[in-house]
Amino acid sequence: MGLFILRRVGVMILTALCLTFIVFYLTNLYPNLEKLAKTQGNFRMSDEQVESWLGNRGYLEPTFVKYGEWLGVVPGYDIVGADGERRGRCFDSTMNPDDAPSLCGILQGDWGSSTVFKEPSSKIIATRLGLTGKLMLWVLIVMVPSALVVGVMAGMREGSKLDRSLSTFSIATTATPEYVSGVIFIAIFASSAVGLKWFKGSATSAMENATLENFTLPVLTIALYGMGYIARMTRASMAEVMTAQYIRTARLKGVSFKNIVVKHALRNALIAPFTVIMLQVPWLLNGVVIVETLFNYKGFGWVLVQAAGNNDVELLLGVSVVSVVVVLLTQLISDIGYVYLNPRIKVS
Amino acid sequence: MEPLSWGEIIIRILGDMMPTWIALILMFAVSIYYKRNLGLYGKLFDSTIGMIGLAIVMFWVFTGIFSAMDLVGTHDPLGQISGMKNKVPGTPVRGNPEGIYEYYLLGGDNLARDVYTRMVNGSWEVIKIAPFATIFAFMVGITLGLPAGYYGGRLDTMLSFLANLILAFPVILLFYLLVTPEIIATGIPVYMAGVLFIFPIIFFVILFNSRFFTQPSKRNIYLAVTILLGGWLYLGIAWDADPLGVVSFPSNVLVVFVSVVFVNSPTVFRIVRGLTLDIKTRDYVAAAQTRGEGPWYIMLWEILPNARGPLIVDFCLRIGYVTILLGTLGFFGLGLSPESPDWGSTINDGRKLLSVYLHPALAPALSLLSLVLGLNLLADGLREESLRD
Repeated sequence: MGLFILRRVGVMILTALCLTFIVFYLTNLYPNLEKLAKTQGNFRMSDEQVESWLGNRGYLEPTFVKYGEWLGVVPGYDIVGADGERRGRCFDSTMNPDDAPSLCGILQGDWGSSTVFKEPSSKIIATRLGLTGKLMLWVLIVMVPSALVVGVMAGMREGSKLDRSLSTFSIATTATPEYVSGVIFIAIFASSAVGLKWFKGSATSAMENATLENFTLPVLTIALYGMGYIARMTRASMAEVMTAQYIRTARLKGVSFKNIVVKHALRNALIAPFTVIMLQVPWLLNGVVIVETLFNYKGFGWVLVQAAGNNDVELLLGVSVVSVVVVLLTQLISDIGYVYLNPRIKVS
Repeated sequence: MEPLSWGEIIIRILGDMMPTWIALILMFAVSIYYKRNLGLYGKLFDSTIGMIGLAIVMFWVFTGIFSAMDLVGTHDPLGQISGMKNKVPGTPVRGNPEGIYEYYLLGGDNLARDVYTRMVNGSWEVIKIAPFATIFAFMVGITLGLPAGYYGGRLDTMLSFLANLILAFPVILLFYLLVTPEIIATGIPVYMAGVLFIFPIIFFVILFNSRFFTQPSKRNIYLAVTILLGGWLYLGIAWDADPLGVVSFPSNVLVVFVSVVFVNSPTVFRIVRGLTLDIKTRDYVAAAQTRGEGPWYIMLWEILPNARGPLIVDFCLRIGYVTILLGTLGFFGLGLSPESPDWGSTINDGRKLLSVYLHPALAPALSLLSLVLGLNLLADGLREESLRD
């Protein structure tokens, strides 16, 4: 087991390195840097001015060197620019260049600073991640129990009317992407023209003070899309367990149907959905980006859109590191959990 | 003129879609009449869910095709008529001008365009990209997944690592990185297209070669046709270098197409690899190996046909997923031109005024929902029917 985890962690680190390098490469392509220079400096800069602006700030070094600097394994650049000013990766105009450390990358905890928000990336990401964490927590609280209940109810009597209607419901939810269900929810519950006016169509105020009124719709929108898939997996797993020999034995012994479901079937039926739930988390990340844009909730997904839209290189890299780590960690947890829950599987 | 009531609006919309209804009824009549001779497709007409799904999907397919031919839809999808901005459904066109339809059946959007016509035309935007992108993703996934599952070993480890790498990317981040004007300027999407679009040619060349290499005259004909036709399309689509100047692909559609294929092929790869791992232990594969058949013959003519059930089901689901992805791209204003009537962009346009004017966003949202739901139901019906035998 230990070796298995170790190997998985090794692959994980390799994957994370590859992915961040791809993001790094794509954001550091010359047209992107040119756009960055023009938005940061001056829109009327000539090509030579753009080049010297970039050169002064170390953007024109080879990609691998820049990646190493960002990672913190290669000393940060220290350039006396064409305009005579000395600039470096590890110090700014307020510091004495000679006191600065030579290495400053994410390994040293320096995530760079955002060119759009004019703040350290790590600070932005931490606050926004907190807000998204709140959203995700409520999504999971709503989504997982309801998905499991729907799945178990549908799977315990396969082919019944209840099964048919619940299965159709879960198909319908998987067929409704967030930007569709969000629009429909706003139309029904929040529109000021027609509709019920129960909830608010914007979640901006939920960032400080989440109430039922401003937080229900975003949570419901994300939960609904992810729910159908988990419910279908639970149904399949439950239906399979219900045909097993020991369930028949329990029935013949005269155990009541309720007891069979709760005591005998449920535990074994919940192994498969656990993996699915964990693997669903990265998927929720997509939903989060859409929902945060739609409901104007300024969390992690909103930052991703802002950073990507403005080619804010260091912030975007920070965002992708976090999201890649989330994806890989959930994969790892789902694998380990699966082995742990299912005694029939042995890794070694 | 008086605005229309909801009943009149519905009757007029149903009337405008007459070509779609005729095509649908014809298709269903013919299919049900011959259903015993149509294999899996015919069996679909035994399952209610499958039939409903097929009806919804074909409704949008026919609507899309007819709207591109200008048979369905009342106005010009890009035409603006002054005074019709954000008007409610059923509003008569102001001034009652000659020669154009006299109502905006589903109202006007914030640029005074007809919501109904844009909704109908939006289906064409989906129909012309989603199925082909899915086919390409399947070609890539199959061509790489079969050898990975069949040979295993280092090849499998490497390809699986690559597939997991792409899957670990948050889709939206990838879209934001790939589908921007700056990246298009560097030409990366074209190179990606160059790599991804060569897979169908490789697939068909291996397919024919492994089967007919004992009959060189037949094989040469097949290979020549594949390479000429495929190469011609390949040059035109991927590199925009068609020597005859017939085939070309707008660069913004190409980048959308490429990124959708890129995101979907790893999943197809994993499915094909898993199926291959399962099927290669069967007796008929062992029999083929004993007969001395080549590995590619076994993969493409023994394993692949026997994996077709799950693949067809996944194909339907994947078209739905691609539709959702295209909508996501439109929703974030990536790729397609801002005027384009595709559903994602229209929802994005409409959502800004959502709390006041519902109809510009609601019409495309419900359309997208119904199409994806139809595809899911169709997949469910297919799964049920293919499991039955």
